[in-house]
Amino acid sequence: MTAFQIILMGLLIICAVSVSFSKNLLNAILIYMSFSLVMSMLWICLESPDLAITEAAVGAGITSVLFFVTLKKIHAIEGTEPSKKEEPKDE
Amino acid sequence: MSKKRPASEYQKTFAFRFFRWLSGSKDPYLGEVEMHPQKEFRADPEAALRHEKEHDAILDKVYNPERNMEMKLFHKLYHATSIIFCLFLIALLLVTISWLPASGTIERPANNEVAERYIEKGLEETGAVNIVAGMILDYRAFDTLGESHVLFTATITVLILLRLNKTEKDEAELSDRRFEPKNDAILQLVATFLVPVIIIFGIYIILNGHLGPGGGFSGGAVIGAGLVLYLNAFGFKKTERFFTEKTYKWVCFFSLSFYCLAKSYSFYTGANQLHSVIPKGTPGAILSSGLILPLNIAVGLVVACTIYAFYAMFRKGGF
Repeated sequence: MTAFQIILMGLLIICAVSVSFSKNLLNAILIYMSFSLVMSMLWICLESPDLAITEAAVGAGITSVLFFVTLKKIHAIEGTEPSKKEEPKDE
Repeated sequence: MSKKRPASEYQKTFAFRFFRWLSGSKDPYLGEVEMHPQKEFRADPEAALRHEKEHDAILDKVYNPERNMEMKLFHKLYHATSIIFCLFLIALLLVTISWLPASGTIERPANNEVAERYIEKGLEETGAVNIVAGMILDYRAFDTLGESHVLFTATITVLILLRLNKTEKDEAELSDRRFEPKNDAILQLVATFLVPVIIIFGIYIILNGHLGPGGGFSGGAVIGAGLVLYLNAFGFKKTERFFTEKTYKWVCFFSLSFYCLAKSYSFYTGANQLHSVIPKGTPGAILSSGLILPLNIAVGLVVACTIYAFYAMFRKGGF
């Protein structure tokens, strides 16, 4: 195992731990995205470029985008809250 | 074309009354029966308070484990059963594990002759330079067929969960338009240059699936990501010109049924020891390795459309 791979593994662990301690949902998704990118680099190191392509496209790209859309729909990202008039009454 | 009758004449006909009765647009008693106007409902605060107290008392009597012995017993039983169930599940899994061949023995699946056969005879039997493609689309094509159907089923489920009716859809579109920044100059310029490159790269991955790394799923995912970027930059108006619900339906239908038919043919010929008429071609050429290239294209189309459809449904509950 080369030093580069060890660094990538360390990054992977840091990402995995910090995503569960992140209070902000937007930050959590961004960390998750970087986790997927590091993972796809690791796949290339492990000599499976098929998985690297899929991981980069699905893990870092599409899943995160779907998370973003969901957060936007439930108004969990700061600055996208609906105006006071539209808020439900039971809050 | 039939002659249009005036409204006053039409209202006297039986058909008009029948359809009015059917749709329930007219109250049948209105104007026919003498009616008192309904009394206005006045909330009695005392009665409401009494009702609430009774409600709380009943709740306390039923759900408080200290006053309801049955409840207490049930709670205890519930905890005991859950612990027993967990222990049973753990024991079941441990027993199953103990039946697996021990690590390092000759019977282990990693050591058997299947993997060796794939590596030694893979090129000769499937004609694919990329052993992985030969494995998943030739030896184990049945699994891949199942995977494609799982993806398709997932889309249908998401469609059922997220689909909105007509008025809700219009509202969702309106709010989508309000919250999404449209006509972003930077995004549009970047997308203009990036989207063709991404889609061509995806097509390259699909068409090159049997020669190098990649294949239907990864290429389809890349194309889907390119389509999502295009949609974000230019909006639904532009994508609706070439991608609607109908497109999705037909692409999925034709790809999946082509996959089924093609693989049924190879299973039929393989199981009956018949000679398949599909040529293998020279390994390394783009038109080689029999059915793998068309199957890759079919899988790629399904995956690309599915990913775009997922995104569109998350955004506004439809295409």
